[in-house]
Amino acid sequence: MIYEAGSYDVVVIGAGHAGCEAALAASRMGCRTLLVTLSMENIALMPCNPSVGGPAKAQLIREIDALGGEMGVNIDKANIQIRIINTGKGPAVQALRAQADKYEYHKEMIKTLLNQRNLDLLMAEVEEIITAEDTVRSIITKTGAKYNCKTVVVTSGTYLKGRIIIGDIAFSGGPGNQFPAEKLSDSLKDMGLKLGRFKTGTPPRIDKKSVNFDAMEEQPGDDRQLRFSYISPLPDRKQLSCWLTHSTPETHQIVMDNLDRAPMFTGVIKGQGPRYCPSFEDKVVRFSHKDSHQLFVEPEGRATDEMYVQGLNTSLPEDVQIKVLKSIPGLEDVRIIRTGYAIEYDYVFPSQLKLSLETKNISGLFTAGQINGTSGYEEAAAQGLMAGINAALKVHGRDSFILKRSEAYIGVMIDDLVTKELDEPYRLLTSRAEYRLLLRQDNADLRLTEKGRSLGLVNDFRWQIFQEKKKTLSELISKLHQATFTPADEVIREFLNSKRSAPLKDRISLWELLRRPEIKIQDFYYLGLITVNDPDILEQVEIQAKYEGYIKKQKEQVERFEKMENKSLPADFDFSEVYGLSNEARQKLDKFKPISIGQALRVSGINPADINVLLIFLETKRRK
Amino acid sequence: MLNDDIAAISTPPGEGGIAIVRLSGQNVAEKISAIFKPYNPGKRIETRDSHTLTLGWLLDDEGDIIDEVLVSIMKAPHSYTGENVIEINCHGGNIVAQRCLEAILALDIRLAEAGEFTRRAFLNGRLDISQAEAVIEVIRAKSEKSLKLAIKQLTGHNSQYMTAIEEQLLKVNAHIQASIDFPDEVGDVDINEVSSILAGTEEIIEQMLEESKRTDIYRQGISVAIIGKPNVGKSSLLNALLRKNRAIVTNIPGTTRDTIEEHITIGGIPVKLIDTAGIRITEDMVEQLGVKKSEEVISEADLVIWVLDFAAGITEEDMEIYNKIAGKKRIVLVNKEDLELNISEAELNKLFTGERIIKASVKEDSGIKNLEKQIAEIILSGQVKQDDLKIMLNMRQKSALKKAKKHIHEAQHIMHTAPLDCLAIDLELALESIGELTGKNIKEEVLNRIFHDFCIGK
Ligand SMILES: Cc1cc2nc3c(=O)[nH]c(=O)nc-3n(C[C@H](O)[C@H](O)[C@H](O)COP(=O)(O)OP(=O)(O)OC[C@H]3O[C@@H](n4cnc5c(N)ncnc54)[C@H](O)[C@@H]3O)c2cc1C
Ligand SMILES: Nc1nc2c(ncn2[C@@H]2O[C@H](COP(=O)(O)OP(=O)(O)O)[C@@H](O)[C@H]2O)c(=O)[nH]1
Ligand SMILES: [Mg+2]
Repeated sequence: MIYEAGSYDVVVIGAGHAGCEAALAASRMGCRTLLVTLSMENIALMPCNPSVGGPAKAQLIREIDALGGEMGVNIDKANIQIRIINTGKGPAVQALRAQADKYEYHKEMIKTLLNQRNLDLLMAEVEEIITAEDTVRSIITKTGAKYNCKTVVVTSGTYLKGRIIIGDIAFSGGPGNQFPAEKLSDSLKDMGLKLGRFKTGTPPRIDKKSVNFDAMEEQPGDDRQLRFSYISPLPDRKQLSCWLTHSTPETHQIVMDNLDRAPMFTGVIKGQGPRYCPSFEDKVVRFSHKDSHQLFVEPEGRATDEMYVQGLNTSLPEDVQIKVLKSIPGLEDVRIIRTGYAIEYDYVFPSQLKLSLETKNISGLFTAGQINGTSGYEEAAAQGLMAGINAALKVHGRDSFILKRSEAYIGVMIDDLVTKELDEPYRLLTSRAEYRLLLRQDNADLRLTEKGRSLGLVNDFRWQIFQEKKKTLSELISKLHQATFTPADEVIREFLNSKRSAPLKDRISLWELLRRPEIKIQDFYYLGLITVNDPDILEQVEIQAKYEGYIKKQKEQVERFEKMENKSLPADFDFSEVYGLSNEARQKLDKFKPISIGQALRVSGINPADINVLLIFLETKRRK
Repeated sequence: MLNDDIAAISTPPGEGGIAIVRLSGQNVAEKISAIFKPYNPGKRIETRDSHTLTLGWLLDDEGDIIDEVLVSIMKAPHSYTGENVIEINCHGGNIVAQRCLEAILALDIRLAEAGEFTRRAFLNGRLDISQAEAVIEVIRAKSEKSLKLAIKQLTGHNSQYMTAIEEQLLKVNAHIQASIDFPDEVGDVDINEVSSILAGTEEIIEQMLEESKRTDIYRQGISVAIIGKPNVGKSSLLNALLRKNRAIVTNIPGTTRDTIEEHITIGGIPVKLIDTAGIRITEDMVEQLGVKKSEEVISEADLVIWVLDFAAGITEEDMEIYNKIAGKKRIVLVNKEDLELNISEAELNKLFTGERIIKASVKEDSGIKNLEKQIAEIILSGQVKQDDLKIMLNMRQKSALKKAKKHIHEAQHIMHTAPLDCLAIDLELALESIGELTGKNIKEEVLNRIFHDFCIGK
């Protein structure tokens, strides 16, 4: 029996990283929002590596944070270790990375959700999305509840027709032995969406008490007080260490001896897995010349003895997993708590989406997160936030919110998703971004806070902090430009001498001085030349000064890029109408339906001649 | 791509004496000014009014004169494309036009895509809407042609070298990117190793460019001037070489006042033959102009065929011409051996020791084969032998390689002071330039390399 259970502006299906951000954004933007999850236990769950951030991903978190999203704030509350990686490799790619306390992360997120105005939480399985006239109308749960709604955001992660595989054993299931969602994919298919199947996997979790840490190398956290969000209080908790060990030739032999039972090789697993995240057995086979691989043993939280073995993602049979583990230094007496597994799941080809993450053929239906063929918590959260924002804007009858490739990693990711054919789960990498030097983690707030504010997602507290930061920044920068010194200046001469930096020849400003690699902005503070000592602000200014040339170069590239982006193609553009396009181009364009000339050029197989033909066609139309 | 500065040769190849290089875009006047030196220093091209002509020299990147050119400027919107347009008329014809274009492409001006001028003209409202389909045809036809050409040009040695360069750049790039995106799994980049790989790549590019210069003659051809006093049989020789009648053959001295150009191939090399007016000291003004012209031709020619007349013997006039061709690559062709000889062979050899002397009769078709053989020999001597030919680059390839080289050079320059992410920017740009030639999607290739070369995963 189906019954009328209520009505909402926005229904979010799934409370993973995507769903939580979507629901929070929509409700914060004033929409009555329902967040449905299969289980309260899997809200903001990290089914794999208990770690967030790192290259490209840290930038995403900072961007989410600047737009008033939750991930940054939540990981600041719930980490056991946080540090900066890639420090020597340049400002564009250095990145914060935190080891998450999986349980705290989940609990803190539930608290936030429950405290959020306009937001209702519901545990149920959504089986069907009802549409009329290609527009979303309502959703129906397994238990017969029908919720009417204006928009739906589907963030069902790896649960759609999930299938768990461990060696010779396979069964239906979501990650971590959760229930899968068996019906929802069929409903999506009925709406005309095309689905594919991907695969991913996770290593076994082991009992801390059975690990001999003396045989491993300790990886402590960073002493500095680091945080993702500038609105988080500075952390004061003790950090937990991670541990480094490695596989041995014996380990690899065990794998080789059991390949006939490895589902990756026997054909049991059919979904395509990510190349950047191969299973351990895959690594042993493909890189047979290596007789050892690094493995990190990481705590999953403060209140648990479960530990994650990074590098050992596997779907080998359980008995083989035990043998493999025991051949590793420090794990001779190990006990498994959870067995490693692979999981296959349905995903929606993201080429069916608009840049707003709304599906092209069903009005009001948005998808975000792993259902779009991506992988990773941060990727999911960022899409969730954008889908939530755009669902809310749709409810309010406002234009969608789109970030360009030149504005944010979020823009890079979503543009990639809608213009590429995925042949493996998509992960964001710094190398996917063209304008890395502009899209840094340290300036995400400068890039996006104002946009977040106008969307209504940046609260007064964050806004005030941001305003103060901006003021300090600009004062400091003009101070550095104004303060100039001559070769005769005693203090500077001695200072330069102590830094083995060349003496001055002419009058020079502090800003120019800062371009010298050996000069650090912190030095100016110690010399009493500036009064600001906030490390975030100093870092920001130092990057701007030291990399001014490169930043300028990239800004010029962006200008050229934006010219092409601003040449827009009408939404209902019929490519088959265009005289002179090659057949291949016509098919490709019809499939991806680019919204600008720039985007069309990024569709694979489109060449400049096609673009020229398009331009002529547009002009002809305009003149008619 | 929408309205940056572009250039291309806009006259069809191999025809006529004048070739035009056309430039279009916002800043073409300012940019061309860097290599265009007007005779009148006050007439810098960017200061000239629209629809004016300026005479001057076009210089190459070393500041040497490529050609005397006539430059016209047409300012937006009153130009063919509706943008600022510059047209450079090269006297030296297509061969020189290619050199001019090469110099222009070094100025941050891009080689135009097929049909791009026409497309711009249309988009800027310079063409009627009824012409839209015709414009599209032009684009399609031209791009198909250039596509076929591009593919053809990417075979053999060219592609081997290109692949080698791409491989090296991909390898370095993949390592840098991998160490950035997967710091746990991938070791640090050894800057010295990167530096030596880049130095190697730069050297290959350098070699390619250098070698391509030597083989340019196969693409661009050479110019051969036929000179000599009137009536010695120059026009007849040209005709004989052409095996067709184009020049007017006459026995009245001085009829061929201007030059005549014809294109033939000798030994697979395109040759432009130039028949000059008879060089003679004369009072006649019109003829003097012609004489001045032939002196110009001599100075621009890669090879000179100096024609003498057995029957007429060697005169003072001949020796004056001989002085004019001192220092040029040349062949002495003694014509009319069918007639009664006025000089002996011994005399000839004494007068012109060390010269290549060919005895011929154009009338009776003797010695012409020998002439062709000697022309081919001279072109190729000091050049590569034909079977050694490795690298032949067209304009697009040259300009892409030069760009790549520039970025690699910059990368090396900053390598020891700037961090990896900045280095990666230059390397990506270098790869992109190479990608323009190999047609590969560089981003995907780098990712493929990362996952191929490095063991990454949790
Ligand atoms: C085994 C495994 C290994 C992984 N390995 C990696 C890795 O190595 N690297 C990496 O970056 N990422 C990895 N991931 C991916 C990462 O966990 C996900 O990308 C991220 O959690 C996706 O977030 P999400 O919000 O899209 O979905 P999820 O976090 O999966 O959340 C989905 C939510 O949808 C709900 N739901 C689904 N269907 C319904 C329904 N019909 N009705 C109601 N609720 C529903 C679920 O209850 C859940 O709350 C792995 C995931 C798994 C499972
Ligand atoms: N007998 C003879 N006459 C020739 C020969 N070559 C050219 N002539 C004649 O010489 C005259 C002048 O020839 P032309 O080619 O016009 O000489 P140009 O002034 O040097 O261009 C013409 O009458 C030709 O027919 C030759 O080999 N033998
Ligand atoms: Mg003549």
